[in-house]
Amino acid sequence: MRIAVCVKQIPDPATPYDLDPVSHRVVRPNDQVLDDTDRFGVEVGLQLAEANEGTVTLFSMSPSGSLQGIRQALAMGADKAVIIDDENLAGSDALTTSKVLAAAIEREGFDLIIAGTESTDGYTGVVPQQIAELVDVPSLTFARKVETTNGGIRIEQQTAGGYDVVEAPLPTLLSVTSGVVEPRYPTFKGIMQAKKKPIDTLTAENLGFSADQVGDAAAGQTITSVEPIPAREAGEIVEDDGEGYLKIVALLEQVKVI
Amino acid sequence: MTTTWVFSEESEGHAPASALELLTKARSFGDVAVFHIGAGSDEAFAELGDHGATSVYHLTTDEHLPAAAAAAAFATLLEEHAAELVLFGMGNTDRDVAGRLSARIDRPVLANMVDVSLDGGTVRATSEILGGVQAVVTEVTAPAPALVIVRPKAFPAEPAGGAVPPVTAVAMPDVGRSGSAVVTESHVEASEGPDLEAASIVVSGGRGVGGQDKWSVIEGLASELDAAVGATRAVIDAGWVPARLQVGQTGKTIKPDVYIAAGVSGAMQHLVGMKDSGTIIAINKDPDAPIFSVADLGIVGDLHQVVPKLTEALQAR
Ligand SMILES: Cc1cc2nc3c(=O)[nH]c(=O)nc-3n(C[C@H](O)[C@H](O)[C@H](O)COP(=O)(O)OP(=O)(O)OC[C@H]3O[C@@H](n4cnc5c(N)ncnc54)[C@H](O)[C@@H]3O)c2cc1C
Ligand SMILES: Nc1ncnc2c1ncn2[C@@H]1O[C@H](COP(=O)(O)O)[C@@H](O)[C@H]1O
Repeated sequence: MRIAVCVKQIPDPATPYDLDPVSHRVVRPNDQVLDDTDRFGVEVGLQLAEANEGTVTLFSMSPSGSLQGIRQALAMGADKAVIIDDENLAGSDALTTSKVLAAAIEREGFDLIIAGTESTDGYTGVVPQQIAELVDVPSLTFARKVETTNGGIRIEQQTAGGYDVVEAPLPTLLSVTSGVVEPRYPTFKGIMQAKKKPIDTLTAENLGFSADQVGDAAAGQTITSVEPIPAREAGEIVEDDGEGYLKIVALLEQVKVI
Repeated sequence: MTTTWVFSEESEGHAPASALELLTKARSFGDVAVFHIGAGSDEAFAELGDHGATSVYHLTTDEHLPAAAAAAAFATLLEEHAAELVLFGMGNTDRDVAGRLSARIDRPVLANMVDVSLDGGTVRATSEILGGVQAVVTEVTAPAPALVIVRPKAFPAEPAGGAVPPVTAVAMPDVGRSGSAVVTESHVEASEGPDLEAASIVVSGGRGVGGQDKWSVIEGLASELDAAVGATRAVIDAGWVPARLQVGQTGKTIKPDVYIAAGVSGAMQHLVGMKDSGTIIAINKDPDAPIFSVADLGIVGDLHQVVPKLTEALQAR
């Protein structure tokens, strides 16, 4: 089974990020980490590959920087990575990202595509569905449990009130929620092996996109203003002296809910 | 020809809250058509009309996962009607149809919006970033239609007393392999107490509660206040409570009169789901926890001290 896992490198969420005042784009540092959401996709991919004699190829579109995030995923056990890194891609919206990823995945060939439900920094949550439409496969989204069937995939799809069981034949795409599996930590051996694993780097042009079909030029949307939202009025913060609960009782009385 | 469209997926015989909220906003732009998928109950059509739908196009779904076929059928309707603006909620199917439609008709989709305007054919939408600290206005420059996914509760759902709109049946298109997924079972997980999205008081617990065995401290307070229980994603991921209790970016967006958060740090992704609550009370042992920045009252202390005493005091009343 050829498994394609979409992984995004993002600026470390623990460090505050900056918006470029002119382009309103996130300023991307050279050191980026693997989006935590995508660790779950990598783990699902590895488990399915182990059970079905499969291979796991990572696909990532971003300025690759030091490739720290990709190496993290390779160290977990993925076989290879395909990176699409190209200046022209700067400012790409979700649809362009999806077109580029879909083209790269189709070029490589696939039976199953795995993505996260939404990325930590972009969180549009539509890239998986767009890719599915572009490569003409079903989109099994919000999977909280994944297993293979005879020639297909069966998932538990999280719904508002519980879950549905959804099945599809291969090829298909699935997007995973966090909590679907416990992602493994890279071992020392994994980290050493990752250094020798193949990383292909492609440009948009390699995939048949001209400069005006990607990036800012193709985004179809423009940010017209960024304004601060008036903050809530500062409240009262008190150290609990054993009677803090009385303050809560008093406030609940004041707002007339008790 | 109707220029504004709202997507709606029937839920247990009713129109979803998202469609009624979006209609309330959209009717200020003029006539609104609804693309409704599901069984198609009279009740649902009446609710849509009451909230401003002037026409409904209905696709009856079967056991197949509906998104691919729905996107194809919707694309045809939008083209026929020269639609300018299409609004979606944040439900699974909403996002699946929006994403697939976007790729199908080659138009961008704006996600996570909290406001939208249609002005002389120009669509602008507002999102909030950094946990609601900054408002970003994005204008769509691509040709129509503009696809916009709007967060829950961005607009209140208000009936306008509209009549039951004319309903036109839409034929199920054949989308081949994209349409091959089948829903084989549906499970509704039992829920107790008031509904999280409708409750006037919500008591939420975070990882600071310390374990599933200690979760009863949250439930005890909630039941005393007749409140709904909420949780952070850290709690969901740890498996202490079911996913439908999650408050935040990937969970529910709620605006109760009172929100009590215990052992919740107040991550950006949590704040976006609750920061517009009426009164916010936070209990956290870390005085620097970001949750205090949105709290009307913050108690810096051990929740296992504060919450049981609070519950007892309420019981004694
Ligand atoms: C794409 C994405 C989407 C996300 N969506 C959501 C979402 O929808 N909802 C959501 O909640 N999160 C979401 N998150 C996760 C979010 O970033 C945080 O990780 C999460 O909200 C933290 O949960 P927490 O506050 O329970 O845990 P922690 O951050 O671990 O905080 C626990 C808090 O409890 C306090 N504490 C510990 N012990 C005690 C005690 N005895 N008494 C009092 N206080 C105590 C600590 O001081 C700490 O502040 C998302 C993350 C990503 C990347
Ligand atoms: N630039 C990217 N490179 C690789 N995968 C991506 C990229 N952007 C989004 N994805 C995938 O799509 C999922 C949803 O992202 P988003 O639509 O941005 O919320 C992510 O969890 C990734 O799996």
